[in-house]
Amino acid sequence: MKILIVDDFSTMRRIIKNLLRDLGFTNTAEADDGTSALPMLQSGNFDFLVTDWNMPGMTGIDLLRAVRADERLKHMPVLMVTAEAKRDQIIEAAQAGVNGYVVKPFTAQVLKEKIEKIFERVNG
Amino acid sequence: MNHSDSLLGDLESTLKTHARELVENLEQGNFGEAVQLIHELNKARDRGLYHEVGKLTRELHTAIVNFQIDPRTPVAEEVSQITDATERLNYVVTMTENAANRTMDLVEQSAPLVNELGDEASRLKAEWSRFMRREIDADGFRDLARRIDQFLGRSERHAQTLSTNLNDIMLAQDYQDLTGQVIKRVTQLVTQVEQDLLKLMLMASSVDRFAGIQHNLDELLEAKKKEKGPTQAEGPQIAADKCDDVVSSQDDVDDLLSSLGF
Repeated sequence: MKILIVDDFSTMRRIIKNLLRDLGFTNTAEADDGTSALPMLQSGNFDFLVTDWNMPGMTGIDLLRAVRADERLKHMPVLMVTAEAKRDQIIEAAQAGVNGYVVKPFTAQVLKEKIEKIFERVNG
Repeated sequence: MNHSDSLLGDLESTLKTHARELVENLEQGNFGEAVQLIHELNKARDRGLYHEVGKLTRELHTAIVNFQIDPRTPVAEEVSQITDATERLNYVVTMTENAANRTMDLVEQSAPLVNELGDEASRLKAEWSRFMRREIDADGFRDLARRIDQFLGRSERHAQTLSTNLNDIMLAQDYQDLTGQVIKRVTQLVTQVEQDLLKLMLMASSVDRFAGIQHNLDELLEAKKKEKGPTQAEGPQIAADKCDDVVSSQDDVDDLLSSLGF
């Protein structure tokens, strides 16, 4: 299981990376916005994408749309971990095809639940 | 404000009386008088306008002095308080980032020590149970005793390290005090700037009244509304519980998503 973590703050990437490692996912890579993430996804055999929304360059929602529009990537599960908390935004992310939505600040338990739920659905 | 109100009142009463006289003069064919009256009206309006523009200029000057910008120097921006505030906020970003990294370094250093102790304790516990059940011979016991001895020594060393790390994690939170002070100062500056700008805006509106300029408020509000689409990222919501269009917890997010069929 190879996971790409996309967030413009290195501390947040590090927190998510540590939490994922505790959950047993040790194969992770990092990108600091959509612009650098997309080519990594296209060439890197990733199985799962965890992305922030608000980033310079390409935002997380645009990255999500780009992933869904890409023939080879469109089935990749995407979890959004973001401070964006407006109902309209969550609905927008859902319509764009997000698989899970976690609002910051979050707990290790919430991240674990959402990831497990996503894999249950993907495998089931 | 009161003074400009009275000036505006003067202008209005001058307008009213002169307008009547103007009509009378025109009806009686006194064109010379009429032109004279129009001139008077212009003068009254100009007086008010010059007065307000003068006040606005003085207030602008005060604002510039308050911001400590010397417009004559080419490096005016460098000495402004706004630039200073930007630097202060950058300092906050750096401080919080350093603290977060320092804390995570220490946690990443500590976690393996705790795991190591836990794992070895479980293994020794199993061995110890075997010993209690008399399932271990003399050689096995010597081996167990040696391992317990090593474990105790390691526990002591790791406990020492962990205690130091915990202390350092606590000390890494000292940014809160420093950044708190910096942010408070910047907040004060922003409040001050807002008040000064508001004052300038009120003065400018007096100028508008004398000049007879009118703004379409609805149009301005509409244009402002259009600037913000739903895709626009807004960052953390500070008062989520006070806004209807914002979720206030992960449970709200889950409810919303499940209502959409997730």
